[in-house]
Amino acid sequence: MQTTKRHPKKLLPHPRFSIFLLVLWLLMNESLAIAHIVLGLGLAWIIPFSSQQFWLEQSSVHHPTMVVRYAWRLAVDIARSNVAVAIRILRGAKGLQPAFIDYPLTVQHDFAITILASTISLTPGTVSAHISKDKKHLLIHVLHLDNEEQLRHDIYTRYEQPLKEIFEC
Amino acid sequence: MLAHAVTIALALFSIAILFTLYRLIVGPDVVDRILALDTMAVNLIAVIVLTGIRMGSNILFEAALLIALMGFVSTVALTRYLMRGDLIE
Amino acid sequence: MMILEAVISLFLVVGALIALIGTIGLARLPDIYTRLHGPAKASTLGVGATLFGSFLYFTFFTEGVSMQEALITAFLFVTAPVSANMIAKAALHRRVKCSENTQNKPFD
Repeated sequence: MQTTKRHPKKLLPHPRFSIFLLVLWLLMNESLAIAHIVLGLGLAWIIPFSSQQFWLEQSSVHHPTMVVRYAWRLAVDIARSNVAVAIRILRGAKGLQPAFIDYPLTVQHDFAITILASTISLTPGTVSAHISKDKKHLLIHVLHLDNEEQLRHDIYTRYEQPLKEIFEC
Repeated sequence: MLAHAVTIALALFSIAILFTLYRLIVGPDVVDRILALDTMAVNLIAVIVLTGIRMGSNILFEAALLIALMGFVSTVALTRYLMRGDLIE
Repeated sequence: MMILEAVISLFLVVGALIALIGTIGLARLPDIYTRLHGPAKASTLGVGATLFGSFLYFTFFTEGVSMQEALITAFLFVTAPVSANMIAKAALHRRVKCSENTQNKPFD
């Protein structure tokens, strides 16, 4: 974590986050009454305003369509490989070949690394366990390892490369 | 049919909670117990929602939302508590 | 209506089955790192499927749209990897033993 620089306080630091909070508040209450809208607007202003000094650097998304495609691929992968893990669990511990592998990170953006680590944890068979202090290596635990190089290649082409395109170019 | 499905799902989730209870008691490490508690909270959300369907009212959703929040926050708090000091490497 | 009921029932029961398999993994796999895999994803997906069934039920069989399930599901999917990662980190920090056949152990 880097040290945050002191910026002068802005009145509306994260407009998109404010909109998100308002929508979240209305969804949570399932109503569009004036009172809820007013209260939601108040919360949508006060929360980003009072927490702005804790925010890290902003990230920007470059390709919104890529985000949708990434989310879809993630959903499909979660569903498909859950079946594989379920079979492994039901078969029991005997044929299992668990392993730790070291994954060299090429994305450098904090937010992209967070998304990548979460993706790895959500797709069954792998859990991201630890990230080195210089943010260059990710320690991944694999439930059943067949081919280390293949797995690295899969993670790179399926998840890391799209994330790179979304956040960095 | 729906009533039967709700009953079956409730039974399955109850068995799942029994498994987490087993892991909670057996351990062997504190981390296993935290994991068991976290899983128990997730399964409990499903039980609450299914009970809501059975009652035909969505009055229980706030409870489910709160358990989701508390489960996550307590897991993070407990693991942070275990990790005071330096990480490996 | 019959078909809709069947779809909802399917979501509820299949979700419960997936979650149950996840917790079976929690109960019978050999060490903390392998045990993490079941609850972190299978349970999340299972409960997500059940919540989706409940969403369909409250949307089509009662008045109004029920958005709170969607919120809970989204929250679960966002937080599950974070808590799995935190638990793995804590286990590594405490140097909890991994099972004998683990390749490439980070410590002994």
